Amino acid sequence: MRQDDRDQVEILLVEHLVEKYGRETPINVGEDAVEIDMPVTTLVTGVKPKTLGDLEMVLDYCEEQLTHLLSCCHTGMEGNNLDFESKVFHAGMIDQVGMEIADAAQISAYGFPRADPEAPFTEIGWGVVDTSKPVILVIGHNVPPAVEIVNYLIDHQLYGQVEVAGICCTAHDITRYNAGAKIIGPISWQLRFVRSGIPDVIVVDEQCIRTNLIMEAMKIGAPFIAASEKCCHGLPDRTHDDPDAIVEDLVSGKAPGALILDPDKVGEVAVRVAMEIAPKRRKSGILPSREEVVEWAKRCRRCLECRRACPNDLPIPEALEKAAKGDLSALEALYEDCIGCVRCESACPQGIPIHSLIASAARERMASERFKIRVGRGAVQDVEIRRVGGPIVLGEIPGVVALVGCANYPRGGIEVAEIAEEFARRNYIVVATGCAAMSMAMVKDEEGQTIYEKYPGVFDAGGVLNIGSCVSNPHIAGAAIKIARIFAKRNLRANYEEIADYVLNRVGAVGVAWGAMSQKAASIASGFWRLGVPVIVGPHGLKYRRMLLGRREREEDWYVYDARTGERVYVGPAPEHLFYAAETKEEAMVMIAKLVMRPSDTTKGRAIKLTHWIDLHKRFYGCLPDDLHLYVRRKADIPITMRDEIMKFLEEKGWQERPIPDPTLLKRLIRG
Amino acid sequence: MRGESWQTAEIPGPKKAHVITDPRIVASLIKRSSRPILVVGGEADEAVVNYAIELSKAVGIPIATTPSTLKAFSDKGFKEAHPFSAVEIGERLRDPDWEGLDGSGQYDLALFIGFKYYVSWLILSGLKHFAKRGDGYLTTISLDPYYQPHASWSLPNLTRERWEENINGVLQHLRR
Repeated sequence: MRQDDRDQVEILLVEHLVEKYGRETPINVGEDAVEIDMPVTTLVTGVKPKTLGDLEMVLDYCEEQLTHLLSCCHTGMEGNNLDFESKVFHAGMIDQVGMEIADAAQISAYGFPRADPEAPFTEIGWGVVDTSKPVILVIGHNVPPAVEIVNYLIDHQLYGQVEVAGICCTAHDITRYNAGAKIIGPISWQLRFVRSGIPDVIVVDEQCIRTNLIMEAMKIGAPFIAASEKCCHGLPDRTHDDPDAIVEDLVSGKAPGALILDPDKVGEVAVRVAMEIAPKRRKSGILPSREEVVEWAKRCRRCLECRRACPNDLPIPEALEKAAKGDLSALEALYEDCIGCVRCESACPQGIPIHSLIASAARERMASERFKIRVGRGAVQDVEIRRVGGPIVLGEIPGVVALVGCANYPRGGIEVAEIAEEFARRNYIVVATGCAAMSMAMVKDEEGQTIYEKYPGVFDAGGVLNIGSCVSNPHIAGAAIKIARIFAKRNLRANYEEIADYVLNRVGAVGVAWGAMSQKAASIASGFWRLGVPVIVGPHGLKYRRMLLGRREREEDWYVYDARTGERVYVGPAPEHLFYAAETKEEAMVMIAKLVMRPSDTTKGRAIKLTHWIDLHKRFYGCLPDDLHLYVRRKADIPITMRDEIMKFLEEKGWQERPIPDPTLLKRLIRG
Repeated sequence: MRGESWQTAEIPGPKKAHVITDPRIVASLIKRSSRPILVVGGEADEAVVNYAIELSKAVGIPIATTPSTLKAFSDKGFKEAHPFSAVEIGERLRDPDWEGLDGSGQYDLALFIGFKYYVSWLILSGLKHFAKRGDGYLTTISLDPYYQPHASWSLPNLTRERWEENINGVLQHLRR
């Protein structure tokens, strides 16, 4: 489709940016610090986009591939499980290209931080919003409408008079555009914040939006603006209407909401409505008072339906029983573990607004939520890769841990922060995106600091990086790819097989989607699997009903070629799994330390990795790993401080030293 | 509610577990089995760990446990628990050719205890559909206090007190 053919209201991100900033706008994700702007795209397609206009041909490729994949979804297309798996891998790879296009386009056009380790701090949490001002809440994954809200405020000298706050990835991206915007929290904060009545206008774009959000907005008298053709909420299309008429209808309550497929117009309408309606609404919400909570709780008949409906089996009936007697502490205690799905309310035959009761009981705690988070920095610099590429491939930096995905946590977001802190403290590189990057920020230490304040934002040992929103995930894949290019001088253009072989055998990276929930999250994960990066999900991730599990005891599964000689060499199960669900955070942490081991590790690197794995294993499981002998190749691999204990273990297992190859699974890469 | 999923979102297919109405049923299934195994999950509290040890000692059932629970066993001086995560043991029980914990071959009966509801719900679902044993499938028993429709046999949804009565009843009948 050519520019002049396009429907003027089509606001898909790239089209919108091309229309607004021009086809010749250069792709620039990192100024002079980044030579390879779009490594995933170059690797998959061979194309090296230079301008926004160049992205269109890559999008054409993605569309073609996705069309084929859709045809593959028809009945009769999977005679073997590998048929299915290969399509999953392919879809994930194409999705990585699509996400990279989106983020490269918005970084280039909007001037988001460009691979900046010193990206500015912004605030996150319920308590960061100045409730004396009109508040516009933006939700979703496609930032242009939110950007135009900020632009309208600036252009009309209103900046600072209206609060712009976000939930989910639009929140990440609007703070990348303007660090004065604020983040309320991950997807699970959506309903509790809306019900507080603080938002005066709610603007949604696409993805991660509660389907009934317009009804919730109506309950608090906040006008609702849908801004994406992908998610219209049944609202009338007002895109071509006079803004004055739309504002009047929304402020008067004549219309509860409007579909506006023009980001500029969304910016104007949202701001004007917020400023006019805020004095009338007075932040009226529907969270019950303390006394009302007690009265509601007295209606509970202990049928247990709320608990049975809760994905985390939270003890809601017990909490309501206490609340009925005036003790709200048990209700408040549910706040951290509640994922905000509100299935409890749907299940309650008494119509008790249980989610509101929990939020009300935790009202003081919510109001005090105020944390610091670095805004998403985007890509990893080439110079950073030059510095760490060697230590990562040799194993001396023990690994890269990527905490990504949704907020469907089994026991609250605090577990993500604990995982991040554990590995940052151990000098792994910790990178984060999406809701996980937010959850990591929402915990303070005894000094009152968040993890982003304590650790540097540089891609180096002990760094903790907020990469950005979900579409920023390809920067993580891109870092692995750039290690192959910059450190090992491998060709990237349309050379996926070789680079995936390189990453699988040499780059000790692991993804963790502790609250994985959506099919989109699974798609992102599958893009990483294909590249050779294992992914661990939390227990809810089992609901995907598919794992990619290795069998460590099957020796024949763990041979590679030695590229120097062509010999087949046993390298142990490294990495053992590509997709794994852990029941507990402790299990996840031990598995992270295990899955970063790679056949190419030097003895020094393997010793470092073994030290962390064994240490965590002992701490959480109380013993040495029973498969430790599979990961020790030479005596020099053994951590010095554990030598006697491990040698005794190895002798019991009949262990013998084995060679360390130059590993590859590709026969064509054998040099000898 | 006896034969209903504890978590209402977990809707099973038409083939559902027999409800264990008497602990003697479990004792009988264990006695008839030639190769039973007990699988312990990451939610196991001290009572579950104690029970697993008693069950193992009573009839010599080997234990595969989620690694998170391994320490609880070793702290009690029980060294015979083998660490396998939920997904790892699920994959091995599915495979008819797995050599088992002792190298003597696959199991014909797997008992599950100490899991998050939805975790064992999903593992048992996989086994129900894919763990072939000859012309049939692996027999599974859920001993948690919730009805697990994808097991072959499951306790119903129970209060803690009634659950303890039931699992202790199993032990008593095994010891007779």
